[in-house]
Amino acid sequence: MSMVLSAVLALLVLCLICGAILGFAAVRFRVEGDPLAEQINALLPQTQCGQCGYPGCKPYSEAIAGGDKINKCPPGGEATIQALADLLDVEVEPLDAVEGEKPQMVAFIREAECIGCTKCIQACPVDAILGAAKQMHTVIASECTGCDLCVEPCPVDCIDMLPVGGNLQSWHWSQPLPPGQLIATDREHAA
Amino acid sequence: MSRVQLWEMPGGIHPAEHKSQSNGTPIQPAPLPKRLIVPLNQHIGAPAEPCVVVGERVLKGQLIAAANGMVSVPVHAPTSGIVSFIGPQPYPHVSGLLSEAIVIDSDGLEQWTELSPCPDYRSLTPAELLAIIRSAGINGLGGAGFPTAVKLSARSAQKIHSLIINGTECEPYITADDRLMRERAAQLISGIEILAQLIAPTVVLIGIEDNKPEAIAAVQAAIGERPFSLRVLPTKYPSGGEKQLIQLLTGAEVPSGGLPADIGMLCLNVGTVVAIHAAVIEGRPLISRITTLTGAALSRPMNVEALIGTPVGELLDFAGLQEAQLDRLLLGGPMMGFSLPSLAVPLIKTSNCLLASTASELPAPPPALPCIRCGDCADVCPASLLPQQLHFFALGQQHEQLKAHHLFDCIECGACAYVCPSSIPLVQYYRAAKAEIRELENKQLKAEQSRQRFEQRQERLRCEQERRDAERQARTEKAAHAKAALAANQTTTEPGALTAAPAGLSELQKKLKIAASMAQVTLKKAEKQLSLYTDKGGDTGELQAQVEQLRGAALLAQSALDAALTTVSPATVSVPNAEQALKKAKIEVAMLRAQVRKLEQLEAPNAEQTSQLQGLRSQLTAAESLLESLPSPRPASVDPLPASPAMQALKQAKIALAMRRAELKKAEQAGTDSDQLPSLRAALAAAEQALHAAEDACGKPAPNLQRLDKQPIDETTRALKTELAMARADLSKLAREPGTPEAALSVARQRLLTAEQHLQQQQNS
Repeated sequence: MSMVLSAVLALLVLCLICGAILGFAAVRFRVEGDPLAEQINALLPQTQCGQCGYPGCKPYSEAIAGGDKINKCPPGGEATIQALADLLDVEVEPLDAVEGEKPQMVAFIREAECIGCTKCIQACPVDAILGAAKQMHTVIASECTGCDLCVEPCPVDCIDMLPVGGNLQSWHWSQPLPPGQLIATDREHAA
Repeated sequence: MSRVQLWEMPGGIHPAEHKSQSNGTPIQPAPLPKRLIVPLNQHIGAPAEPCVVVGERVLKGQLIAAANGMVSVPVHAPTSGIVSFIGPQPYPHVSGLLSEAIVIDSDGLEQWTELSPCPDYRSLTPAELLAIIRSAGINGLGGAGFPTAVKLSARSAQKIHSLIINGTECEPYITADDRLMRERAAQLISGIEILAQLIAPTVVLIGIEDNKPEAIAAVQAAIGERPFSLRVLPTKYPSGGEKQLIQLLTGAEVPSGGLPADIGMLCLNVGTVVAIHAAVIEGRPLISRITTLTGAALSRPMNVEALIGTPVGELLDFAGLQEAQLDRLLLGGPMMGFSLPSLAVPLIKTSNCLLASTASELPAPPPALPCIRCGDCADVCPASLLPQQLHFFALGQQHEQLKAHHLFDCIECGACAYVCPSSIPLVQYYRAAKAEIRELENKQLKAEQSRQRFEQRQERLRCEQERRDAERQARTEKAAHAKAALAANQTTTEPGALTAAPAGLSELQKKLKIAASMAQVTLKKAEKQLSLYTDKGGDTGELQAQVEQLRGAALLAQSALDAALTTVSPATVSVPNAEQALKKAKIEVAMLRAQVRKLEQLEAPNAEQTSQLQGLRSQLTAAESLLESLPSPRPASVDPLPASPAMQALKQAKIALAMRRAELKKAEQAGTDSDQLPSLRAALAAAEQALHAAEDACGKPAPNLQRLDKQPIDETTRALKTELAMARADLSKLAREPGTPEAALSVARQRLLTAEQHLQQQQNS
């Protein structure tokens, strides 16, 4: 009987010690923030456009970490969905957007029409619009994420979203079509 | 020629050379084209900035676009003529996209701008030499087009000990460097000497492939006794690659992802060296280059020296292009060149060859077949990569694997695709994969940047909000404080006033406002009438007087209203307002009375004075009527103590004394009525007496009348006294306000103390 008791006691003491160590470690080595949300946030395109229904990329990444769907990011497109699926080990889903994937855009202010109301400046999530009250505004194209948020507030509709690219610097070779995808008549032109 | 040790390079192929087509004839000058299209970006780096305008006449060699930043190259006018267009123009690129360019309509005069040659370059400092090379618009003429000045000025940790001159020209068909070395060996050596002076290398190596014996002989002859060593290399493609040539000549390998400068080497193409010679010795900017025109579709293949910006179609016509036979037009050689979309594109600084091929000469590759993993590609890769693996990773878009397999060390020489038995366009896979990876990296970079900007903005907005909240908090606290203070004030002075305080205008203020506006309206009407009559030329004396009177009344009403309105402050409410208005009105009446009296006292008033008097009288009556209209203040608000008749008498006596004193002072100041002064003095004395009597009557001690005799103070004392009073006021104000920092208080105290001391000193002295 005493054997059983001592064994139980020994195990109890061991459990308590281990529990104390674990408890201490949980407090001492606590990770600040949500590491998973940060990893997800790093994969999102950071346009801060809010098309996912959240006010920015970080809130969406937190929502994904909390179990939301991964297919709500139109600017990221298929590539982002693929990357998120790889990270979270979930199924790839088709993009949940009416217009589908859009090319990278950049805002452009028709400066002659701008009345200097600063409404677009307040709407821009990345401070990419330069201007002051009653002064003409302009978009810093290299900082613009193409999020569209400045278009709506403009009272004179002088902001256009233009597709980026079409110049020599952005052009690049595309992959050759794999052999199987060529149809007979294309074979002569393919090379 | 001494045979020195050469090293081996991995891989390499021996494609058919086809060099004899074009290397038999001397370099021809190309005909001057009518229009030259000079692109602003003929190099790696930022496009140049145009510094001419449309319609401007430019001279040959004149700067037309300045370098935009450090890694950029200026552009010069290839010939004299008129700038006819600046904007998107065809550009020699596989995409067929347009690029910014300056179009010059040549005038055929070939009029040079003023050049500044420096034959005595040995007296120049390296910085000056570098500046000459930079301003001459030289970039690498071998193919990539890296700005030469940047290459020469990039200071790596290691000093450049080997200068390597690349005369290998390994790609089939191209003979531009071959002909250049044959015909301009002296200039080449001169250019090397300039470079040797600039970077002071320990060795200068010139590498030429053994399939150019004439060029070797010419360069050897030009070298003479100079310490440059000419190395003859076995013909093998791609020995002309920068890294491959360095390996062949020195045995050293440029590290992965590194530059030759990292191992103390610098490699320049022979064409670039000749351009440096022209820039320094002759002062000529880079406005032309030697280009090979070759291919079976040309009847006279040759090398030409063509102006930058010459449309390639004109060059090909000069070489006898048979358009019916032309199948593909390549810019560059058959291995690394690319198809040109049109004949309108201009020749640029990096265009070393135009290959007009017929269909049988360069047949389209057969359709690609699946990879059979033969491994031939790995054998021929000059960069020791695994092209097969890269191909599969590129197909699967496995970017991490591609990077791990050193995709970015691929020089895109095309040797792997050349030997591939399945005709897989391997280089295109690599180019596409490289572009994809770069694009993704750029996207990630931009995303990171956007994230930072977004977060900084959020932080900024948060701070602003906090600041605003804090301010609002402070304001509400202050308001509450002021309210409390006011309430305390009210309860001590007049308990009833707090409840009686109206939110908007008080009854009195409303009344005053109405009166003021009415007076204004009447005045306006009268003025109108007056002007009407004046126009008619009628008798307006009466009207004028009336208007004057009305104006006075309106003015008075307005001032009364202003006084009533301005006294609205948290500390005072309607009843004090009324008091103030009353006081104001009283003062007004008193002043008017005094003025009237003064005028009345005049013995012989002239017409103007009489009319003035009349106006004043009318004003006075108006003011008196207004005074009557004002409610008399409750005695409690004026004097909280019940005043005894004796006290009132005392007060009246005091007032009388003050008035007499004021009158006397005024008369003294006016200084005219000397006969009136005694009477005024007598009146003052009488008033004093009356006051004394009143004081005796009310039983109050007589005031010390010492100050009546005081001397008028001088300016300095007055200033000091003012300072003292202000200091005191400041201190008491600060002390009253809660939360004043101790430092501010002590400063104020100090100020008061000094002011007191100064005043003391002044009075003692």
